Amino acid sequence: MSEYRIQGATGEWEVIIGLEVHAQITTQSKLFSGAATEFGAEPNTQVSLVDAAMPGMLPVPNRECIRQAVRTGMAINAEIHKWSRFDRKNYFYADLPQGYQISQLYHPIVGEGQIEVSLDEKKPDAPGKTIGIERIHVEQDAGKLMHDQHPTMSYVDLNRSGVALMEIVSRPDMRSPLEAAAYVRKLRSILRYVGSCDGNMEQGSMRADVNVSVRKPGEELGTRTETKNVNSMRFIAQVIEYEAQRQVDVIEGGGAIVQETRLFDPDKGETRSMRSKEDAHDYRYFPDPDLLPVELDEAFLEECRQSLPELPDAKRARYEGELGLTAYNAAVLTAEVDTAQRFEALLVSTATAIGKPEAKIATQAANWILSVAPGVIKSLGDDANLEHNSPAANAAILAMVDKGSVSGSQAKQVYEILLKTGREPSEIAETEGLQQTSDTGAIEAVIADILAKNEDKVAQYKGGKDKLFGFFVGQTMKAMQGKANPQIVNELLKKALG
Amino acid sequence: MSDLTDLGIKQIRDGVRSGEFSAREVAEAHIDKVAAAKPLNAFLIETPDHALAAADSADKAKAAGDDLAPLAGVPIGMKDLFCTKGVMARSCSQILEGFTPQYESTVSGKLFAAGAGMLGKLNMDQFAMGSSNETSAYGNVVSPWRRSDANGNKANTDMSPGGSSGGSSSAVSARLCPGATGTDTGGSIRQPAAFTGISGIKPTYGRCSRWGIIAFSSSLDQAGSMARDVTDCAIMLEAMAGYDPKDATSLDAQVPNWEAALSGDLKGKRVGIPKEYRIDGTSEEINALWDQGAQWLRDAGAEVVEVSLPHTQYALPAYYIIAPAEASSNLARYDGVRYGARELPEGAGLQDMYAATRAAGFGDEVKRRIMIGTYVLSAGFYDAYYTQAQKVRALIARDFERVWEHCDVILTPTAPSASFGLGEKTDDPLSMYLNDVFAVPASLAGLPAMSVPGGLSSEGLPLGLQIVGKAMDEQGVLNAGLAIEQRASFTARPAQWW
Repeated sequence: MSEYRIQGATGEWEVIIGLEVHAQITTQSKLFSGAATEFGAEPNTQVSLVDAAMPGMLPVPNRECIRQAVRTGMAINAEIHKWSRFDRKNYFYADLPQGYQISQLYHPIVGEGQIEVSLDEKKPDAPGKTIGIERIHVEQDAGKLMHDQHPTMSYVDLNRSGVALMEIVSRPDMRSPLEAAAYVRKLRSILRYVGSCDGNMEQGSMRADVNVSVRKPGEELGTRTETKNVNSMRFIAQVIEYEAQRQVDVIEGGGAIVQETRLFDPDKGETRSMRSKEDAHDYRYFPDPDLLPVELDEAFLEECRQSLPELPDAKRARYEGELGLTAYNAAVLTAEVDTAQRFEALLVSTATAIGKPEAKIATQAANWILSVAPGVIKSLGDDANLEHNSPAANAAILAMVDKGSVSGSQAKQVYEILLKTGREPSEIAETEGLQQTSDTGAIEAVIADILAKNEDKVAQYKGGKDKLFGFFVGQTMKAMQGKANPQIVNELLKKALG
Repeated sequence: MSDLTDLGIKQIRDGVRSGEFSAREVAEAHIDKVAAAKPLNAFLIETPDHALAAADSADKAKAAGDDLAPLAGVPIGMKDLFCTKGVMARSCSQILEGFTPQYESTVSGKLFAAGAGMLGKLNMDQFAMGSSNETSAYGNVVSPWRRSDANGNKANTDMSPGGSSGGSSSAVSARLCPGATGTDTGGSIRQPAAFTGISGIKPTYGRCSRWGIIAFSSSLDQAGSMARDVTDCAIMLEAMAGYDPKDATSLDAQVPNWEAALSGDLKGKRVGIPKEYRIDGTSEEINALWDQGAQWLRDAGAEVVEVSLPHTQYALPAYYIIAPAEASSNLARYDGVRYGARELPEGAGLQDMYAATRAAGFGDEVKRRIMIGTYVLSAGFYDAYYTQAQKVRALIARDFERVWEHCDVILTPTAPSASFGLGEKTDDPLSMYLNDVFAVPASLAGLPAMSVPGGLSSEGLPLGLQIVGKAMDEQGVLNAGLAIEQRASFTARPAQWW
């Protein structure tokens, strides 16, 4: 693909992007308290004494949060630090009850890693790019201020206060909005595979601080700005485009970029300055004296390793290599863990139902999952009851197709009825007459009759008019009301026509 | 029957068990004493109902023939730093005015579970910052002791009970309660004990849970017991100590039966006299008492050896970096948002509210330490101060580790002077800080240490001796303390003037 460039008055500019992704760790309870973490609860109903920073309250690390961060680190092939430590980041704000956020500045739990991203969603099998990850550290989320509840005061909701986040810091390795989006997509995919974050950006489970700078290609890195808390894929791309253009305009207008923190306004599609480096907080980081260093032993690390699922890259390679799927299908099936899980469940059920090895039926199953089934579901809309969409029922349909008792179009019809009613696929096929015959005797009889009635055409065919073969097929199918297995019809016709 | 308020913890416990007197009689005698001791200003909040309820429960158990809890019938005083459910806890600061915790600190909860009743909340230096109990927002505590002039006549000067556990030391010394909780961050149990002629022990860091104790300096704060003899300290500490999963720095270790193993026989033990503790500014009579103490321990069978703790002189400066640094962060939660005092000037925004609340709520010494702590953690100063202080702390801990190759406990004076008159040192914070010069090294190293009374100064004021032991070896400390107690025959008590 061509390189992404900003066209300025003085020539082309290259855009340098780094992302700090905040991913909420999927756990029942917060990082340092037993309070629940469910999304959408009434304000201040998920707040422990620790989260509200009552006097004398102490944080106790939640082991599961540590475990999920370690597993995530392993999934991006990162260095896991057996010794890490929590630091306090001190600042005053009404949504930060302790007056400090417990984070990891000096000794993060996960060090250098990387992920492979594909750059074009439409061509997932095209060559990708490696994006470096500098570190992952674990930290507390803050609460939330509500400014619309009272005419003169802001209200504080501490439900999110203390929720565990992973901050995943990339290297400034991305060069276009597309690459940034591809990186976030792949990262989210990995997090979902690992189960360490649900990746729901609209619920705030994942958000990014976007670092952008521009330079003339080949020159030194420019000064960067950091746009905070960007919470959708589209906004990330918008921020990059807007910031890159703005920076080029500033520099070409004779100005200089100041290192600063900016905010994104989704309504206007703009970023605006929040605070400059001069006004930056002095966070007075220091090791949290309420907590001991986190020391991980081999047994713990081994458990983390063992508990990792097959990750998208490995799965994709296996689908291509062992199941014989196309690169495209393998890529699409493995992009989201949900899809891969549905595919594998169908594969197992179908292989069992048919009694063939998975590799023999993988392509059919892939086509079913990727094109046939979504098409039917989409056309049914609200009429589809997905509770009936079990792997076993899907497998039963594929088995009938494989056996030849149901044609491709009949299979779609059976599937439609299944989704509407939940009836057994074989019963549907039988009751609704959605079967084709593979009874060679019956087909041979029909063929004999048709050939007898069309002797002239048989002669023409034998005289070299090959195209007439389609005529005979059509006549046979018509005579059998479309319920003959076309493959068998073809075979028998060829035989009969010599 | 002798005055029940002259009895110690063990005597009360045993007397209630044997039926010599009722727990209610004991509680009532102390409640009366507390009510009549207003001039000492030791008890800020009196909770007679709590003490009586515990007493009645003990008497009921006794009448029913049930086994009595370890502290059944023993009324105690509670330092205001401990959160006790339903009783205001202010840390003697106006910023927590009106704050009534709805939870029970682990240590107070253990004491109550052991049968102790609470007579009330004890005055202290604000947020435990002070060495004379003059920083309380609720007035100075007055020591029951008075100094004598050259003719042996008692002067009318109000004397300091030491600090920060000055309410505790004054109350125990004046027989308002047989024992009281204290906390010790850099000498806050030991120095007040020495100033008032009682015993006090700070156990190994982590022995007593910090959960529910209003934090000053998390890596140093440790609760302990204050009583009139070593045995009573041991009994009370046993009830306070123990692993608490709610405190990540809690020691996961069995609490020994210290009382049962008490022995003043030190045969086979070695006592170290650290030469670096002979400093300018220590009074001659204190150095003489130190020598006398060494002789008493020799008499008890111990071998006395000179030892070296080479980094001692750096302990106090390191302490006055680390403790304020942690305090500046720990006290950030007092912001007027959720509890305690709030100052909201007309038209004030959030930052204005913080400034006004904290300016009005914190006392001068607290502000001084918050500013010192904020400074030493600031960008550009962090390495020169905080990092350096942590290195010193590690060296001091190593000094002790090396010394334990030569001795089992260390004997030093508790403080370089006897008590002083209230107001005599308030203009000179540095000379006030020097009071803790002998106490601070054990705090930095997290070691158990206690003060026991050794004798009286020429002015008739108590002088204390300090014993420092190995981590987890409270028994060794208590036994050496007992050996001194048995030989010092300290029977002096303040004449009642209040």
